[in-house]
Amino acid sequence: MSNDGVDLEKRRFLTLATAAVATVGAGFVAVPFLGSWNPSEKAKAGGAPVEFNLDKVEIGQMVKVKWRGKPVFVVRRDENTLSRLADNTDELKDADSKVETQQPTYVDKATRSTRPDIAVIVGICTHLGCVPQHKKETEVSWGGGFFCPCHGSKFDLAGRVFNGSPASTNLVIPPYKYLADNKILIGEDEGEV
Amino acid sequence: MSKFMQWVDDRFPATKVWNEHLAQYYAPKNFNFWYFFGSLAMLMLVNQILTGIWLTMDYIPTGEEALASVERDIMRDRDWGWLLRLMHGVGASMFFVVVYLHMFRGLLYGSFRKPRELVWIFGMIIFVLLMAEGFMGYLLPWGNMSFWGAQVIINLFSAVPYFGEELTVWIRGDYVISGATLHRFFALHVVALPMALLLMVFLHIVALHKVGSNNPDGIDIKKSKDENGIPLDGIAFHPYYSVKDIAGVGVFLLIFCWIIFFNPEMGGYFFEAPNFTPANALKTPEHIAPVWYFTPYYSILKAVPNQGLGVITMAASLVILFFLPWLDRSPVLSIRYKSPIYKWALMLFVVSFFILGYLGMLAPNEMRTLVARICTIYYFAFFVGMPWWSQWGTTKPVPTRVTYK
Repeated sequence: MSNDGVDLEKRRFLTLATAAVATVGAGFVAVPFLGSWNPSEKAKAGGAPVEFNLDKVEIGQMVKVKWRGKPVFVVRRDENTLSRLADNTDELKDADSKVETQQPTYVDKATRSTRPDIAVIVGICTHLGCVPQHKKETEVSWGGGFFCPCHGSKFDLAGRVFNGSPASTNLVIPPYKYLADNKILIGEDEGEV
Repeated sequence: MSKFMQWVDDRFPATKVWNEHLAQYYAPKNFNFWYFFGSLAMLMLVNQILTGIWLTMDYIPTGEEALASVERDIMRDRDWGWLLRLMHGVGASMFFVVVYLHMFRGLLYGSFRKPRELVWIFGMIIFVLLMAEGFMGYLLPWGNMSFWGAQVIINLFSAVPYFGEELTVWIRGDYVISGATLHRFFALHVVALPMALLLMVFLHIVALHKVGSNNPDGIDIKKSKDENGIPLDGIAFHPYYSVKDIAGVGVFLLIFCWIIFFNPEMGGYFFEAPNFTPANALKTPEHIAPVWYFTPYYSILKAVPNQGLGVITMAASLVILFFLPWLDRSPVLSIRYKSPIYKWALMLFVVSFFILGYLGMLAPNEMRTLVARICTIYYFAFFVGMPWWSQWGTTKPVPTRVTYK
């Protein structure tokens, strides 16, 4: 075969066209491989709301509830605690809950709850996802709250992160609503039917 | 036999490959203690693959059965299962021991310098793959430390801007670590990553044999050749170094076996105590720390008081190693002829790396965080400043032929 009279222009066009089609094809083929890593229907169905009876929590105590495989902390706070939550704002990174993704719109920005005495907080550290430990006010020098054993992040009893913690945002407040005075439903927004 | 080999060689380059890579691959004759660890890393790779295949025969990668299949079926019910499992678990730690020593040899003698940049980069890819392999393998026993270790590391990705949270859900295949995560990590740990590792080890050796091995003097033995074109300071890898390496394997296996038979947990460094309790999504272990070979990087992560920056800093501590061949600007390769500044800088680097590793195992407090920050700063100063400080001081004259010390 002789190379005389080869149309290099045409050859280059065909090479590029083939490569372009192959790239697009590879892109389409990648979809099922990447898509198969999404949560399955079974995993998605695991996120049903959970009912919780508040009578189980005494003042100053914390009870863990499992919702969507995650621990949710329910804490009953007294007047002392609430007054300190109003006082410690200088020590916090986001005292007024300005980061909107961390709580539903209907909770109070300072106490981060619908009712001041009951705090409902997702017990997953916003740094790297460990479960913080509940520390009572009498147990620690920094006023009590949640201490993450993994990297030392500290949160107050409203789940607001202290300065100097590796975590940058406050603990997440889950969607929840009151079914009765002593009963909440975690996983469904206030006002939702 | 020769007729048979002729038949094969006409169809496949068997003799050619044997000669090029073993019988006529000329390595410098002054290799010392530090040159054992390449072949020992190969030994550990074979150990991990072989024992790993046998472990998959009993292991069940589901949230309900995983821990029981390891602790009951393999460790107790299966004949020799305990030995295969301990060879694999202790093997993982020993793999990192030899790989760290192998990399340190590179730092000592400038083995990453021109023309061995690709040898180093392929080696760094192997190191990163090995970390991924170790991390995913650690989830498989499904103990509580497995669970929370994976939780922390996967959540590192949530620092990615815009779609970090979605990315972590995609990696886990669930909103929390679950059986779905376990099963896919199993697939990656036993199929995908080992294949990638084997490919990279192949490329690492092909690149090495193209440019030839460095040596403790850091000089090019191909500059002085005899009349047949064989380096005067070179000896055939086989039989000279194959025999030397086998002696090294013997000593190494004594240590390896002592650990397996007498102290497999190594006081909690190789197998952590919380991992003997089942994974519990509602309770993080009192004190959480990764296995020892990750702790220096974990310390760097903890030292930064901001999540996104911490993750970036930790990633940077690995990425910067890839650039090492272009950071060292000393006129000589080997520490033997470098200025005393290099010796001090390297010694301090080793000390700070050990301190980071030690602090990574402990719960944080103010003092420890401060020390970790100082060591982290030094870790980066060592590499970032290297283009300048590696040129300071006076080097010693480099000999033309290799020496024995």
